[in-house]
Amino acid sequence: MTELLLIIVSAALVNNFVLVQFLGLCPLMGVSSRVDSAIGMSFATTFVLTLSSVVAYLIQSFILTPLDITWLRTLAFIVAIAVAVQLTELALKKTSPLLHSVLGIYLPLITTNCAVLGVALLNTNRAHSLLESAFYGIGAAAGFSLVLVLFAGVRERLALADIPAPFEGTAIALITAGFMALAFMGFAGMIRL
Amino acid sequence: MSWLVPIGLGMLGLGLITGLGAWLLDIANRRFKTESDPLVARIDQELPQTQCGQCGHPGCHPYAEAIAAGEAINRCPPGGQDTVDRLAELLGRDTLPLDAEPETVGQDTVAWIIEADCIGCTKCIQACPVDAIVGAAKLMHTVITDACTGCDLCVAPCPVDCIEMIPRPIPENRWVPPKPSVIATDRYPQAGLAHG
Repeated sequence: MTELLLIIVSAALVNNFVLVQFLGLCPLMGVSSRVDSAIGMSFATTFVLTLSSVVAYLIQSFILTPLDITWLRTLAFIVAIAVAVQLTELALKKTSPLLHSVLGIYLPLITTNCAVLGVALLNTNRAHSLLESAFYGIGAAAGFSLVLVLFAGVRERLALADIPAPFEGTAIALITAGFMALAFMGFAGMIRL
Repeated sequence: MSWLVPIGLGMLGLGLITGLGAWLLDIANRRFKTESDPLVARIDQELPQTQCGQCGHPGCHPYAEAIAAGEAINRCPPGGQDTVDRLAELLGRDTLPLDAEPETVGQDTVAWIIEADCIGCTKCIQACPVDAIVGAAKLMHTVITDACTGCDLCVAPCPVDCIEMIPRPIPENRWVPPKPSVIATDRYPQAGLAHG
């Protein structure tokens, strides 16, 4: 149990996927202009991350390893992630058309969110069990959601701030992301996992 | 020929994964089928998107769905006669007179907050479908006249009855100064003197 909690804290804070490992920067810049769409994106990504890390574990241990084709795992995982994203999109379109139209192109782009593939590959690299894979996915998603929503909050304020012209828009956003990454370095070395 | 084995296994494995994925997506596609009528979207575009509910539906999109299903096209007071005419043209139906209270027809009104009486309860802000009321809790609110659609949804929630509907003020650049009443027939129109 402690082990699983440590995995979550490690993936969410200490080795935060966005600000420490710099994976998944595309949605961080793309969907962070408003807090409510950032929250929607967080939920969609959380669902996809958890689902795909479990599915990747199942594919790895029941298809790739028995057939001795682990060298195909990048391709296999991408297919599995694409299916998971499509499932999410279909379900979202039916249940919440508003959120679907707010997320727009960024929802299918979760497929190419490198954090999702990163979680799947790191899981197999570290030989995580099924439960550990799922918790690693949840931790990564929690870290991603935390950073995305915090960053969206900062950007909502930046939109109103008096910023010198050369720094307006993406420039100040990237600088802000850099500062947030510095802050997250404070967690470094807390847990060795 | 032993080098063929991993290739065959690879194709088998990927085929298995993609096949399973395709099967799952097919199931989901049937399960979460959304029927979006392109006509509803076209009708929805013509409606004013005030979401005021005066047509008896909870918003513009539900009313668009009802119109597509055959409901009358003249139940949208904020859209006015223009909207009815455009809908009639779009749908190939006969145009109808706007179905609204006679005294409100042709009257372009906006909400007006009597600011001295406003207690800052924010109830009207929550009621406004177009975010045309600004203000904060315990601070005076006011109406952004340009954004107000005159749907009068804010009148009922106000606990101190400080909102009234007034005719839309004429913008400064179209203001016409009142005629100076310098001659007797202007000052006394009831005298019955008509100009030749």
